Amino acid sequence: MKGRTKKRVAELIAFNLFRIMSASIVLVLFSILAFIVVRGIGVISWDFISKMPEEGMTKGGIWPAIVGTMCLVAGSMLFAFPVGVLSGIYINEFVKDNWFKRFVKLMTNNLAGVPSIVFGLFGMSLFVNTLGFGDSIIAGSLTLGLLALPVIIRTTEESLKSIDKYHREGSYALGATKIQTIRRVVLPLAMPNIITGFILSIGRVSGETAPILFTVAAYFLPKLPSSMFDQVMALPYHLYVLSTSGTDMEASRNMAYGTALVLILIVLILNLLANFTRRFLNKKIKQ
Amino acid sequence: MIEAKNLNLYYGSFQALKDISMKVPEKSVTALIGPSGCGKSTFLRTFNRMNDLIAGVKIEGDIIVDDMNIYAKGVDVDSLRKRIGMVFQKPNPFAKSIYENVAYGMRVNGVNDEKLIKQTVEESLKQAALWDEVKDNLKKSAYALSGGQQQRLCIARALAVEPTILLMDEPASALDPISTSKIEELIHELKKNYTILIVTHNMQQAARVSDHTAFFYMGSLIEFNETKTIFTNPENQQTQNYVTGRFG
Repeated sequence: MKGRTKKRVAELIAFNLFRIMSASIVLVLFSILAFIVVRGIGVISWDFISKMPEEGMTKGGIWPAIVGTMCLVAGSMLFAFPVGVLSGIYINEFVKDNWFKRFVKLMTNNLAGVPSIVFGLFGMSLFVNTLGFGDSIIAGSLTLGLLALPVIIRTTEESLKSIDKYHREGSYALGATKIQTIRRVVLPLAMPNIITGFILSIGRVSGETAPILFTVAAYFLPKLPSSMFDQVMALPYHLYVLSTSGTDMEASRNMAYGTALVLILIVLILNLLANFTRRFLNKKIKQ
Repeated sequence: MIEAKNLNLYYGSFQALKDISMKVPEKSVTALIGPSGCGKSTFLRTFNRMNDLIAGVKIEGDIIVDDMNIYAKGVDVDSLRKRIGMVFQKPNPFAKSIYENVAYGMRVNGVNDEKLIKQTVEESLKQAALWDEVKDNLKKSAYALSGGQQQRLCIARALAVEPTILLMDEPASALDPISTSKIEELIHELKKNYTILIVTHNMQQAARVSDHTAFFYMGSLIEFNETKTIFTNPENQQTQNYVTGRFG
């Protein structure tokens, strides 16, 4: 009887410990959010969102940075999503399980571990200089796309792997080819999970600063881009500029928090949108 | 006409089927029975070359379907599988509507005539005794159906590409008794038009639905005869032991 009580107590302590740990993670997130909201909400206004920066970025808005970040997210995903999903399909469905496959998977993981500043340098060397794109949306998008690739490849691969073999066999048994089976049976089932990888990448890409530093981001450029070979401002870099190397840091302090708030809101909205898509696809499968 | 001739199958170095020769009677039901791991499912899957999907499988010998060795070089596996339908242990409808599940086989085989597809879907669902239950909900997802209905949908799906042979791999093992008896009734109906091979763990089921029974043990075909004979007066002592429940 006594041993039993002791076990109960131990269990209770353990559970509560886990509970506190989980709660503290949420607490950290909420503190960050609260901190930024409290400091940043004051400068948020329609003008802040829709106007060009003025008077050495201490007044006016951040509209070009918002547009720039949107362009970079869209551009990088336009490149990374198809390439990543196709590579994931290829690795999981077409490569036999041999040393080559293991090597490719290992390298994909390594690519995910490369520091983002290295991607930035690589992008500058390849896209900006060698290919001659200059500091441009296309160079920045491709660099960010490379950074996002491993996550998309891995999630695609994992979601394909998790599809029950019964589904494939059912399709083959009706005389479907491999491509037909993947396209019509396997991919629709895997899509909700692939979208998850897409969401994660969007979050990562929109917040990255180092890869765009040498490839696209402009310190101050109060106009909107007219082609993909133009430079743009971007939210994360603008935030960096305002807090470390602005013309008058004290005056632009609140602008920096406002920028951070807008960046977080954009990521949040994109995440919600993608989440909604995932749920919609899941629901479509189930009813 | 379906026949296995001196069939050997290896998973790597493990021999799963040993020198099996057997003529499957047409337009009747042949049950494959035996303890787990005896090779009966593997044998079933040689008829539509489903084992091709597993890495490291090696096959020797012939399987003759309609005067053609399906393991000969240059055989078009996709069109072979169209002629030989298969129903699996676990109901495996696609993540599509009821209608599209049945239409799938036609679509992947290049049928575009929507009128013909519609007509075939209806006929197949009727043949699988599911039409009356789903005719008002053809656009609904197949996952909204019960397990037994899903399995009949999978049978309808197989029938829609007009096979001559149906392979069934323990088609009722995941179902409740009422759904099971519906599937068994259906098998009884279908044998008028199709040659059916069914793997089952359930000996009562084999006795109920089949005309012939093959007993497998450790990769070998021990005895093949009329079902009545196998269950009442088998020639082989091992068969006798198995059907009377002394092992397995």
